[in-house]
Order: sequence, then structure tokens, then C-alpha cells
Amino acid sequence: MSWLTGEVIDVIVAVIQAVVIMLVAVVIGALMSFIERRALSIWQDRYGPNRVGPFGSLQLAADMLKMFFKEDWIPPFADKRLFILAPMVSMGTIILAFMVIPISPSWGVFDNMSVGLLFFMAMAGLNVYAVLFAGYASVNKYALIGAMRASAQTISYEVFLGLSLMGIVAQVGSFSLRDIVEYQSHLWNVVPQFFGFVTFLIAAIAVVHRHPFDQPEAEQEIADGFHIEYSGMKWGMFFVGEYVGITLVSALLVVLFFGGWNGPLLPPFIWFALKTAFFMMFFILIRASLPRPRYDRVMSFGWKVCLPLTLLNLLATGVVVLLNAPAQ
Amino acid sequence: MRPSRLTSSRCCRKPQEVLIVEFAFYLSAAVAVAATFCVVTGVNAVHALLNLVVSLIAIAMVYFSIGAPSAAILEIIVYAGAIMVLFVFVVMMLNLGQAAVEQEKAWLRPGIWLWPSIMAALLLAVLVFTLFMDSRGYGVGGVTQTPKQIGMALFGPYIVLVELAAFLLLGALVAATHVGRDEGHQDQAGDRPEGLK
Repeated sequence: MSWLTGEVIDVIVAVIQAVVIMLVAVVIGALMSFIERRALSIWQDRYGPNRVGPFGSLQLAADMLKMFFKEDWIPPFADKRLFILAPMVSMGTIILAFMVIPISPSWGVFDNMSVGLLFFMAMAGLNVYAVLFAGYASVNKYALIGAMRASAQTISYEVFLGLSLMGIVAQVGSFSLRDIVEYQSHLWNVVPQFFGFVTFLIAAIAVVHRHPFDQPEAEQEIADGFHIEYSGMKWGMFFVGEYVGITLVSALLVVLFFGGWNGPLLPPFIWFALKTAFFMMFFILIRASLPRPRYDRVMSFGWKVCLPLTLLNLLATGVVVLLNAPAQ
Repeated sequence: MRPSRLTSSRCCRKPQEVLIVEFAFYLSAAVAVAATFCVVTGVNAVHALLNLVVSLIAIAMVYFSIGAPSAAILEIIVYAGAIMVLFVFVVMMLNLGQAAVEQEKAWLRPGIWLWPSIMAALLLAVLVFTLFMDSRGYGVGGVTQTPKQIGMALFGPYIVLVELAAFLLLGALVAATHVGRDEGHQDQAGDRPEGLK
């Protein structure tokens, strides 16, 4: 066993970690569809899916079986290659972004990457293509309108998604998410960067186009938007991709603003999981309680309220950082 | 115990790691060349744009492999993630369809390739000649530049260039706002649904 050196073991451990993180992210994303339906129904005074298994816990298995055996139909007028590519881009970019998230001191794929935070933004930027290509390849006017709304919304909200995080970067002095978590061992970033947190929360919901920013797939106006022509597993990939996106954004909120794995008594991983679960439930609660605003209001809110707020936040952070910096 | 990372170390790399990085460099360079070739020869505008996106991402991979992760990530965010999205957006709005594909096919006759090919071949010859003249031979797998170093370079020796670029962008923004101004309904903009304006 001469080839089994320390370096090879390191590589094997890293690969296994990466695969486990990917699988757990997808499974949690799929489970969230069930949790969301149950939680929404409880908040709305009804039962929700409670027939399959104890308390409806096997509903997910039933849904998966249904989805696998559905006819996977591609419209004859569609642009086939782009039609097949779109769901893969949707799922792939989101899962890739999990690469830079530090889960606990010893778990994470590539979380000390020197441009980790920027990598997340790059993946969020590439994720737009999934919606764009789905809308274009479907050759359907509702899909096209949905895709156009999605791309305009994502580009606008990405501007201050990035700006809202620059305050943290200025404070910590690093784009690496592991450095950012270690910086928060005494004080969570949400205290000094409260406006950054609020704007990032809004931008993050908009980027995963989640309620109340789900105009791209508004059922009432444009009948599900960009994935109107999709069925079977391709639709399933969009569907699960959205929930994996929520998981990703919750994990990022925890890592960036709520101290990541830091916390007393409990082991680091438990703290990370608890905080992430809190934000995932928070996203469901938002969906349960807020109505969907009109599309033009969403856009003007982004540019006229959130963007100036992030700029002011960055300016104030810069002043504080410079005042605290040791004199040269 | 943390596994050793490929691109995060700033000291010299081991020979195997250099080999892996070199392989990544040539692979992504090949993808970039192939995708760019497809951009030129493609007849469907959206497919050509998709190939251009692939080409930009492959070039970002090249930047990664030569130790410039910040440039790579900014290439993906700015070019692939923002500018190309606008291109695809506009092409989608134009809704070109089959007629445009036929027109493009008609334009791409064999004879039409001749003159651009000669010019491109000349440029390639100059590039290859320059590369062979420079005998220093920059290898891949050198030192990795951190975002901090790049920021200090931009706001240190290159501050005038950064400020000039900022002025230019501000001017462009003001001009775009002026061109896109809605003369009639400046006050009510945003208060009425789009259809009622």
C-alpha cells in the first residue's frame, strides 16, 4: 500500500466531503418542498399533505415517484438543446456555490478560497441563464415574459447584492468565507452591518426569485412563467433547484451575518444547522405572510431604496474602518 | 486535519500540482478556442451567444490556472454574468426566428471566409512569432495573487486610470439616463402599471 500516502488520503477525504455536502444539500432541498407545504398549511389553519406515512412524512417519496414516471415531454417547436440545458444550469450553478460555504471548522469543500464571496456572486450571475434559456427555448409568450422579468430583476438586485456585502469585506479584509466566520467569534456581523444584513436578505430572496419576488413565475398573471412548458424530471430540477437555492442563501446568511458555526455549548455543526434551519423557516414564513407586489414596484424599490441604502452603509463602514485603522 | 488545497497556497507548488494546473490550463484554453470558433460559425444568434459565454468562462479558467483568481471571478461576474445576459436579453426581445438563421446561412458562404481568414492568420503569425521571440517562458503555476494585492495595485500606482474609468462610466450613465428619459410622465412613473402609461 505504498500509494496510500498522507496526500492521497487528504484527496480522498476532500472528495468524500464534497460528495456528502452535495447530496445533503439536494436532499434538504427536496425535503423542504414537503416542510414548506406542511408549515404553510399549519399557519393557514388547514392540514396540508398528511396522508402518506405518519404525519405525511412520506409525501416526498410519493411526489418523487410521480415525477419520475411522468412523461418527459419536449414541445416539438422548442429549441431542444437549450431546453435540456436550462434545468441543468439552474441546478448546477446553485450546487457549485455550496463549494465555498464553511460548514464547521473541519467541513467544507473549498471554503478558504481567496475569492469565495465573489465565487458565490459569479454563480448567482450564471444562474440567470437557466431562466433566460428556459424562457427562450420554450417558444411560449408566457415563458418569454417570465424570463424577461427574471433577468431584469436578477441583474438589478445583483448590483446591491454585491454592494451589501462589501461592508463585511471591508471590515474583515478578506473575501474568504472561512476568514469571515472566524472574524465573528466575538461579535456577529449582524450588529455592525445591520443595513447590510437587511439589504442582503431582500436581494437574496430576489435572486432566488422566491416569494414575494416571484414575479417571474407568478401563477395568476403568467401561468408559472419560464417553466410553463417543462414536465417530469426537468421541471423537478427547476423545482428542487429553487429550494436548494433557499438552502444556499440561508447558509450564506448564517455564515456572513450570524457567526457561522460559532456558538456556546453545542458542537459547531449543530449551531450551523440550527441557524440555517431558522432562516429556511423564515423564508417560508415570509411566503405565508406577504402578498406579491407589482412588478414595476419591485424594480423601483430595488433601485431607489435598496441601492442608496447599501451605498450609504458602505460609506459609513469605510469611515469606521479608516478611523480604527492604525496610523501608518 | 485540512486537506492541501490546489490554488490557495502562495508558496511554490510541488511538481505534481504544477502538472495538474498545466493540464487545466491547456484544457480550458482548448475549450475557449473551440467555443469561440463556434461563435463565429454559428447561425443561430442565441446559440452563438451561449458559445460566447462558454468561451468567457473558459478564459476565466485560464486566469485561475495562471494564479489570478480575482481576474477570473470578475470576468465571470462582469462579462458572463452581466454583459452577456444583456446581449441574450436583447436578442430574445428581437425574436429573430428562422428567417434570421436563413439569412445568416446565406452570409456564411465559403468565398466570404477568405479575406477574414487571411487577416486572422496574419495576426496569429504575429502572436506566435512574439511568443517564440520571448524566451523567458512564463510557466503556469506561479504565485497566486490575492484580491488585496490587486486592490492595492489599483488604488496605488494605477489610481489615475481607475478614476478616469470611473468618470467615463459616470458620463455614460448620465447620457443613458438622458436618452432613456420618459418626457411625458416624469411624475407618475412607477405609480401606474406599465400597460396604462
